[in-house]
Amino acid sequence: MRELFNIIVFPGFIFLALFGFAAEYFDRRMHARLQNRKGPPWFQPVADFIKLISKEDLIPSDANAGMFRMAPIVALASTVTAFLYIPLWNGKALYSFNGDVIVVLYFLTIPTMAIFIGGWYSTSLFARLGSVRAITQLFAYEVPLFIGILSAALLADSWSLAGIVRFYNSHPLLFICNIPGFVVSLVALLGKLERVPFDIPEAETEIVAGAFTEYSGRLLAFFRMTLAIEMVVGASLLAAVFLPTVAVPGASGSAGTGLYPAAFIGFGVYLIEVFFIVALISLARTIFARLRLDQMVVFCWKFLAPLGIAQLLLNLYLKGLLTR
Amino acid sequence: MHESHKFKIPIGPQHPALKEPESFSVALKGEKILGVEIRLGYNHRGIEKACEERTYIQDIYLAERICGICSHSHSSCFIQCVEELAGLEVPKRGLFIRTLIGELERVHSHFLWLGVAGHEVGFDTLLMYTWRDRELVMDLLAGLTGNRVNYGMNTIGGVRRDVTKEQLRKIKETVDVLEERTMYYIKIATSEPTLINRLSGVGVLSREDTLSLDAVGPTARASGVSRDVRRDDPYAAYAELNFYVITDDHCDVYGRTIVRVKELLESFKIIREIVAKIPEGPIAVKAPRRIPAGEALSRYEAPRGEDMHYVKSNGSDKPERVKVRAPTLANVQAVKHMLKDRYLADLPIVIAAIDPCFSCTDRMVRLDRMDKGQSDVINWKQLHDYSLGWHREHGVDFSSLNERLKKAL
Amino acid sequence: MKHGAMLVQVLRSLFKKPATVCYPFEKLTMPEKMRGKLKFYPALCIGCKMCERDCPSGAIMITKIADKQFDCEVRLDKCIYCGQCAESCPKKALEMTPDLELASGDPLKLKVVYHGNPPEISQAKPQSSERAEGKA
Repeated sequence: MRELFNIIVFPGFIFLALFGFAAEYFDRRMHARLQNRKGPPWFQPVADFIKLISKEDLIPSDANAGMFRMAPIVALASTVTAFLYIPLWNGKALYSFNGDVIVVLYFLTIPTMAIFIGGWYSTSLFARLGSVRAITQLFAYEVPLFIGILSAALLADSWSLAGIVRFYNSHPLLFICNIPGFVVSLVALLGKLERVPFDIPEAETEIVAGAFTEYSGRLLAFFRMTLAIEMVVGASLLAAVFLPTVAVPGASGSAGTGLYPAAFIGFGVYLIEVFFIVALISLARTIFARLRLDQMVVFCWKFLAPLGIAQLLLNLYLKGLLTR
Repeated sequence: MHESHKFKIPIGPQHPALKEPESFSVALKGEKILGVEIRLGYNHRGIEKACEERTYIQDIYLAERICGICSHSHSSCFIQCVEELAGLEVPKRGLFIRTLIGELERVHSHFLWLGVAGHEVGFDTLLMYTWRDRELVMDLLAGLTGNRVNYGMNTIGGVRRDVTKEQLRKIKETVDVLEERTMYYIKIATSEPTLINRLSGVGVLSREDTLSLDAVGPTARASGVSRDVRRDDPYAAYAELNFYVITDDHCDVYGRTIVRVKELLESFKIIREIVAKIPEGPIAVKAPRRIPAGEALSRYEAPRGEDMHYVKSNGSDKPERVKVRAPTLANVQAVKHMLKDRYLADLPIVIAAIDPCFSCTDRMVRLDRMDKGQSDVINWKQLHDYSLGWHREHGVDFSSLNERLKKAL
Repeated sequence: MKHGAMLVQVLRSLFKKPATVCYPFEKLTMPEKMRGKLKFYPALCIGCKMCERDCPSGAIMITKIADKQFDCEVRLDKCIYCGQCAESCPKKALEMTPDLELASGDPLKLKVVYHGNPPEISQAKPQSSERAEGKA
């Protein structure tokens, strides 16, 4: 019974949906303010969602209706599932086991696959071009993202997110050594979220809307919610691994439903960190132009991956020093 | 993706990359463009025919509304033809005011282009900033002429409204602010690497190709071809103003950006000179209603290039034939050449770099068939009969429509 | 090459007032010579119909209701707001006002009639009564 509450309400689906809307609002408002204009009001993402839900789903006659319908739902389900393993406060995640950092990273790859499937089975030319671009982009950013996060995990000598957080809480100075990894992961995260400068699969002026061209109504609402939640989950992952959390003494072992003030403080710090990363994503959206696909692949393999490998080597060396 | 099939993708007539409808049918192999087929005519409104049924005074406003961004260019060019036919000499102050509005139009058009180019490469911040600054020019023009676009400043024989000293002072202040912002945009355009990477090496048009394809305006000037009607064939007040014709050697979209931004600075210089040098005097001479018979051709340097108008009159108060050749018609032939062996991602910015204005372009074009060696001209009555016959073949019955029309009249 | 060349300006914009005008809650003032809705002074009209002849879209119509008294009907949806009628009028009986908020869902509201004085009520100072339904 408590598990059901956790999965559906907190920190499961409803909490994530609201958090995703809030993050989307924050991103759009900040993007607007940076461009010297007013942004949308706070209820805009909710209003968009409600409007899309109330519209009719149009499925092209040539498209494979089953795959077309399934793609957004699979994408949404996998992003929500990834969130269950992210530590929210004091290194406590809802479920945590050794190796869950890899599981989270793989869960975050599934939405890209779902976008590819949805776009491919739309059979529209623009959608197919967009989905192929999404997969090509996956080849470019996936490796730096994995290297960045796994190098931090390597130093912490633990493959579970909760364990990584606990390690860095007890060795605060080692956050500084991970800064190159943070930069690499942040840029790779921009690629995963398909935001400018890596906006290529959904380039509005070139291929209309990429893989989402034929989507409308409820299915599009779910896809957009997936993008918003993916931003939150990605930011949470980065916040958990790279940014310092507050280790507040006095929080007891079990994550019960009792309201400990320590838990609140930890949760508040978590929220601030996530919004900080969303602000960085928003800033990147504002000051860069969109790269072309070949330029992006070259950039990722020429600059990001070597930087990630350098971080990995540094962390290996530091780990050797620490265990001596 | 490597063993890809060839397919054809329709860019247009409706597409987010195009601000106005035109059909570019692109043959693709993966992301590489194999060829482009261009079809024009989606914005044809029959303006040349409409000009023949209205008097010269009414035609000024019709010519203005050929395009929203280069409206003053079209109306000035048309009026220059009519003034030549009527043998009128416009007073100096009228010519200076006409030139002032023409240069302000060039400023607003180039700011618009900067924003659109930013948007096509995904750099929305540039769009927002340049269009915010363009509002300063629009407010200035609204105060001078009474409207933000379609200025209605020209009349046969001069201009309609005078400018006061207060307005001239305000123009100078605004130009100072705009110049500072333009220097900032030059700094961005020359130092932001993501932008430069999208613009460089794209849409290359060598000097020889420019000359053989007859490109005009900033598209040609970015390939080193120094063509500018303001210097080659001075009209209005340009014979008395000092300015440089900006050329650049990059031959690609980056070069066109540089040419347009530098032309903004030249325009500011010209506007300051006009404000300093404008003579006192009348602003218009009285024009006759009936224009004597004859033909005249006039050229004007619109923000997009060389605009040509031809007017044939027969002594009455309505023109016999008006022909407009807009600059985009000369430039759009080059787009096919520029897109060879490029990526699909380059297509929006290449099309945007010639600064297309398809509303200007879609006029009557006579195509000479190279293979048959003949050209066919059908007159109005033949076209009318052909249209009726086509509709009858497709089952449209005109008798009920004719009855309704009679009742309405 | 400077990466993120717009960074400083963009961060500064965070603290500046936004350039947006929240129409219709805030309205900009238009310059006075803006060409908006046409206004007709029946007392000055002599019925020469130069305005009708010069209008590019046929939006203005002058009808005689009595000796030297004229009605003027302006179709706001046909008018292109060029101001040629105001310029062609030899007696300056037409004027363009800066009234621009003319959109309406009702086509009847877009036909504005300015009445001249009917012959029974003739006064020393003629007034123009306008059925000004053009305001949105």
